[in-house]
Amino acid sequence: MGDAIAVRGLVVNRGGRRVLDGIDAAVPRGSVTGLLGPSGSGKTTLMRAIVGVQVIAAGTVTVLGLPAGAAQLRHRIGYLTQAPSVYADLTVRENAHYFAALHGRGRAEADRAVADVGLADAAHQLVNDLSGGQRSRASLACALVGEPELIVLDEPTVGQDPVLRADLWARFHELAAAGATLLVSSHVMDEAARCDRLLLIREGRLIADDTPDAIRAAAGVDDLDEAFLRLIRAGESGGTGREAA
Amino acid sequence: MNPRILSATVGRILRQLRHDRRTVALLVVVPTVLLTLVYYMYNDQPTPPGQPSAFDQIALVMLGFFPFIIMFLVTSIAMLRERTTGTLERLLTTPLAKVDLLFGYGIAFGLAGAVQAGVASAVAYWVFGLHTAGSSGLVILIAALNAVLAVALGLLCSAFARTEFQAVQFMPVVVAPQLLLCGLFVPRDQMAGWLQAVSDVLPLSYAVEALQEVGAHAEPTGTMWRDLVVVAGAAVLALVLASATLRRRSG
Repeated sequence: MGDAIAVRGLVVNRGGRRVLDGIDAAVPRGSVTGLLGPSGSGKTTLMRAIVGVQVIAAGTVTVLGLPAGAAQLRHRIGYLTQAPSVYADLTVRENAHYFAALHGRGRAEADRAVADVGLADAAHQLVNDLSGGQRSRASLACALVGEPELIVLDEPTVGQDPVLRADLWARFHELAAAGATLLVSSHVMDEAARCDRLLLIREGRLIADDTPDAIRAAAGVDDLDEAFLRLIRAGESGGTGREAA
Repeated sequence: MNPRILSATVGRILRQLRHDRRTVALLVVVPTVLLTLVYYMYNDQPTPPGQPSAFDQIALVMLGFFPFIIMFLVTSIAMLRERTTGTLERLLTTPLAKVDLLFGYGIAFGLAGAVQAGVASAVAYWVFGLHTAGSSGLVILIAALNAVLAVALGLLCSAFARTEFQAVQFMPVVVAPQLLLCGLFVPRDQMAGWLQAVSDVLPLSYAVEALQEVGAHAEPTGTMWRDLVVVAGAAVLALVLASATLRRRSG
């Protein structure tokens, strides 16, 4: 099978600044992998590199066995950008129908994707008239509608109420159980515990790549928040953060 | 190019337009209001015997201007919105080809331009008694082609604009010289040589010449067909250039 995503020596510069500085990471197929790190750490840039819309300075990104951005991958990837990227002057349903059509799916699949994110009641509303949380779920529906093999979600649960957040995470695990691979970014640590694996990124460097349990064990604490803090401190004092993970 | 994706994209753009009733109303009503203005401006002007009236000359060319100016502006803003809201970035990760998007805009706004030209022409012919030797259908065809040309130029220019302010500034840069040098204000053969040379490379000059041919001749002339080919060629060239400047990867 191999990994769904394999990143080697990835370096990205944006606006004259080094945003990713030699990332090596792998995401196994059929899993939910969390990409965690503070704002500005390079999470979005790494996701952009994986979906093939980021100019990279060095390194390789292999996605489902092909170089990232390959034309054959476009049928197989779903990407949720951080800001909701749906048409504000269309209804939720019209947005889903359009993205479904791009992936060769019909209206029934589109309507199901809308229902799956809990927007069945708002399907006929213009996106412009929705709340922030509803908008981002409309955007999520459009990312999932093509039933992609690799789903890259940039902060999908921001602004959602706790019940919905739990529902969405349950949905992510269902998709993974059905064979999809998910890479989900977040800066909320309580979501980290819901992931099968975690990538922790800080200032463009990867400081942990392991299961939540292994990260807790390596840091010697039960709390993931505290564990990450210790990994970061260890990395800063001795430059051994990766080994510690 | 994929017919299914292209038609879905055309449908999506037209649906966006349909939800924006005020824009649709402006698209249809504004040309009529401006034509009314021109009609009363030239109402009392004497017409030299044996020549078309000033209104006939000006209104005919204006029917070509409206879709050109308005579709250029609408397209520049629409494409910039795709960029700034992130929908463009997402579209570029889907199976949609760049030409599907660009030709989708060309077809959708070309249709909108044709509707606009149709309404404006109906008013010009029936309400204000516009007289052309040739058929009104050809006038609408040329106006619709102008809309497609404007969409293509708008898509190309939007690649060079980062903000709405910049996008709007492209209108005087791209549209104004073409209006000034197209032959409406000063006949092209009376211009200084270098101005004629500039006018010769501006596609709107050919569209205006084609309209004037329809105004003066009962049957479509060879010059008119050649002009239409030039305008269509310029539109395709601009779409191809726009496709080349649209990058899937950005910094």
